[in-house]
Amino acid sequence: MDIFIQVVYFVAAVLFILGLKKMSSPVTATGGIVWAGIGMVAASLVAFFEPGVFEHTSNVVLIVIAIAMGSGIAYTTAKKVQMTDMPQMIAIYNGMGGGAAAAIAAVELVKMSAENHLVGVVGTAEVVHHLSPTAQILAVIGALIGAVSFSGSAIAFAKLQGIMKKTIRLPMHMMINLGLFVLTIIAGAIIGFSDEVSIQLVLIFFVMALVFGVLFTTPIGGADMPVVISLFNALTGLAVAFEGFVLGNAAMIIAGTVVGSAGTLLTQLMAKAMNRPISNILFASFGSDGGEAAEEDIEGSMKEIQGVDAAIMMAYAEKVIIVPGYGMAVAQAQHKVSELTKLLEARGVKVMFAIHPVAGRMPGHMNVLLAEAGIDYDKILDLDEVNPEFPTADVALVIGANDVVNPVARTNPDSPIYGMPILDADIAKNCIVIKRGKGSGFSGIENHLFYADNTRMLYGDGQKAVGELISGIKEL
Amino acid sequence: MIEISGFTALYIFMLSAFTGYEVISRVPVILHTPMMSGSNFIHGIVLVGAIVVTGGAETGLEQAIGFIAVALAAGNAVGGYVATVRMLEMFNPKDKKGEA
Repeated sequence: MDIFIQVVYFVAAVLFILGLKKMSSPVTATGGIVWAGIGMVAASLVAFFEPGVFEHTSNVVLIVIAIAMGSGIAYTTAKKVQMTDMPQMIAIYNGMGGGAAAAIAAVELVKMSAENHLVGVVGTAEVVHHLSPTAQILAVIGALIGAVSFSGSAIAFAKLQGIMKKTIRLPMHMMINLGLFVLTIIAGAIIGFSDEVSIQLVLIFFVMALVFGVLFTTPIGGADMPVVISLFNALTGLAVAFEGFVLGNAAMIIAGTVVGSAGTLLTQLMAKAMNRPISNILFASFGSDGGEAAEEDIEGSMKEIQGVDAAIMMAYAEKVIIVPGYGMAVAQAQHKVSELTKLLEARGVKVMFAIHPVAGRMPGHMNVLLAEAGIDYDKILDLDEVNPEFPTADVALVIGANDVVNPVARTNPDSPIYGMPILDADIAKNCIVIKRGKGSGFSGIENHLFYADNTRMLYGDGQKAVGELISGIKEL
Repeated sequence: MIEISGFTALYIFMLSAFTGYEVISRVPVILHTPMMSGSNFIHGIVLVGAIVVTGGAETGLEQAIGFIAVALAAGNAVGGYVATVRMLEMFNPKDKKGEA
């Protein structure tokens, strides 16, 4: 039986890697997740046959109830959620994984304490359980990482979901964080190196780790959340790998480490796209110091345009580049945009989409939304491909994007977004910006593009404004 | 359970880390979000650990924490799977004309 279990774990690990590999191309991606899914089901089923699991029937019943509960809730929420809200759902599922890894460590540590066995139902004081020294330390490290990922992801969820709107900074936030982190490490070290673990200390350790996760995440602005979620994803992977070592489970070590390194690379790619070092994102808050610095003189004024006029401008253009941003997603305007694209193409206008690496809430999020609306992915270009196209574009239509088209990033070294690669919408012959109101973007920075001579503002909700464009073109 | 010594584990860590790095480094930007979701699903393997640890629980406290571990891990795996499939379905050429 043991051999059979190990074979299944091995096959599962292979399926995970192959699945991830297949997911890296749009053509084979759907197959990839199915492969990984098969591996997951097989590994979970054989886990029941690990020695000891069937010893206590009550435990098996408990496990089955827990699986039914956890997967039931996750299934219904994941099925129901809007595509626009996907990033925060990824955050919450990821947090659950981190929490699970921490809880596994908690069980292992509790098993090492004598008090636990005095009150035990089956055990007696003499069967205090022991881990190897390496396993004990890795259990503690995994617990720390998992707990931070759990509470941090919950905060990331709350922020993106709009439950928690402000970035909260305590006075001396950095110092408090650092102090708490050091205390957590000390508590962890005591637990990791002691022969008999005290339950009280384990409890204090977990509370501190969870609070640290919260305090670590609250000062980070919403615009940076994707990078943070990706980081927590990598951390959860690492925590899972460490707990895999504690349990002597190679499948967990492999899957966890693969995710840990893939997630770290993804985090770097995202931070690079924003041209900000990761340390800057994590340890300095974007929104709060941005406001004051950027309030300078802006030349020109915002010039309004009516939907009909904008429609004429686009209908007689040769090349139109659409720059969608998170605002489009919020307004659920992607289907209207798709309709607009088809109308324009029927008139012989060349339409392309410019996607900034951090458009939406995650890299690729905008692509997912546009794909959902039925737009071919070969029309969707990324920053490097599309920027050379702007000088020859007749119209750049910016829908709900703001900071990613702000020329300040090129011109003003004092601006907090200075140096971030942007889409050069301002270089197009004409620029139409669809915007709900006159406020500034997610980062709170004024956008000089809106005041430029070749820019016209079309005010209104994304869906309504695009609707006006569509009816305008149809009437021609 | 198999015995995995410290050094064997170190080798597994090292090779898996390179594998993860290699697999993701060739991903086009359009797949970054589905990819993050997919890797999020894969660390749902923590469910296996949660099952094993809860199965071996001997006290009420261990059972309680184990219960939480299994429920959270199942949520990670199932939520991650459904979310990834929903996202990837949009890249499926067959369904392209469906929604619009």
